[in-house]
Amino acid sequence: MQFPSDRKYTKDHEWVLMEGADAVVGITEFAQSELGEIVFADLPAAGKAIKQGDTFCVVESTKAASDVYSPIGGKVKSTNSKLSDSPGLINSSPYKDGWLVRLEAVNKADLEGLMTAEQYKTFLGDKA
Amino acid sequence: MSGENLKRTPLYECHQQLGGKIVPFAGWELPVQYSGVIQEHQAVRQKAGIFDVSHMGEVFVVGAEAEKAIDAMTCNNVATLSDGKAQYSAIVNPRGGIVDDIIVYRYSPRRYLICVNASNADKDFAWFCEHNKFDCEFRNKSSEFGQIALQGPLATKILSSVPGLTDIASLPYFHFQDRKAFGCDVIVARTGYTGEDGFEIFIPSAQTPKVWTELLAVGSPLGLVPAGLGARDSLRLEACLPLHGHELSDDLSAYESGLGWIVKLNKGDFIGRDALVKEKEAGSQRGLVGFLVDDPGIARHGDKIFDAKGMEIGWVTSGTKTPTVNKALGLAIVTSPFTKDGSTFFVEVRGKRLAAHVVKRPFYKRALS
Repeated sequence: MQFPSDRKYTKDHEWVLMEGADAVVGITEFAQSELGEIVFADLPAAGKAIKQGDTFCVVESTKAASDVYSPIGGKVKSTNSKLSDSPGLINSSPYKDGWLVRLEAVNKADLEGLMTAEQYKTFLGDKA
Repeated sequence: MSGENLKRTPLYECHQQLGGKIVPFAGWELPVQYSGVIQEHQAVRQKAGIFDVSHMGEVFVVGAEAEKAIDAMTCNNVATLSDGKAQYSAIVNPRGGIVDDIIVYRYSPRRYLICVNASNADKDFAWFCEHNKFDCEFRNKSSEFGQIALQGPLATKILSSVPGLTDIASLPYFHFQDRKAFGCDVIVARTGYTGEDGFEIFIPSAQTPKVWTELLAVGSPLGLVPAGLGARDSLRLEACLPLHGHELSDDLSAYESGLGWIVKLNKGDFIGRDALVKEKEAGSQRGLVGFLVDDPGIARHGDKIFDAKGMEIGWVTSGTKTPTVNKALGLAIVTSPFTKDGSTFFVEVRGKRLAAHVVKRPFYKRALS
């Protein structure tokens, strides 16, 4: 299982990657494997203000809908438009092509409470 | 459902060995998927899949008045069955609601097998015993049987490669036979819950793992895969086969929930008949429909349905985005003007109202070969 070291992780299995002043957010490889094949991603509208911990996306498998919580506060700059036709990118490329939301005006202080790749790997333990 | 009370089927270890993801369902620990719901669903549509349905209940009815007893407690006409034939039916309560949907298998007018839903097995058996005023006995044999469903266009080819079952292709739809195969006595029925051709095989519990393993061994080279509850649900939903607790319930009448085709009012008296006669005369106030979601999003069980003016008109009984149809679709109970094909309404999903329209059921029908 992959744990890219360039980003931070949450206990709810989201990741956040800083790109310049923006924060890109997605779900981890572990999260996608638990959810199974994703058939729809319900993404927020651009411009929406988000606080850390808010439910800001919902990803759905054939069986169920699962909330995704924002690892960081900010304002939605854009969402991954490829997911409307290819929600399976969240499964096949959770850390790259399957990203969910790009935030601007982020609250960088929120990063401090998050886990490093190494800490997240330890947190998953045997489940990874 | 608390963890310690969950039951395990005879195939629990087989599921673990195959990497099945085990979840609680209807009081049982069962695999929701092995390789993935979509892959398993497609395998059943294109080739074949096997399902552990050992959680289903088996009740035998034995005695001189077995036929009368079943006739008095179910809405379909048991008298039209002949030996070796099976019938889809339902146990109806005095309000016309569905206690359970069942399959009745006739061995002889004095001996029947009834297959009931896992979550209702105890309730059904208690109902049978309470209402049995006839010269016959209901025997709950659920714990003595495992059950495997073999489903898909290649199901017949796979099953007929098993010694003792080489002629199984000649078994007609909704017929069954006692057979010797896999080194034991099995009941093979040409029935299923996927919309595909296939079989449901009743097996003594102890021999169930052997049958499972042998079927996978002969079927795998042809594309047979183990399939879990996830695929079972998406397959049955595409085929619009109802699920008790969703489309069917004690509080929805047989007519409302789309089971009018198995209600035989002319056969004589049965529990629930009076209520159903009245409803038939007055007309149903609501009914079951299939719908497609037009806006992006997926409707789920329990989501509320509104008309264009914002009036609540019903609810979603089952919904998902299914692999074969590849659209967000579902079944719903709506008030009567909205049961017509082409009717439009809105499904409320997480506060958003998504446009949807009524279509003819089923969503999927296999091509007859």
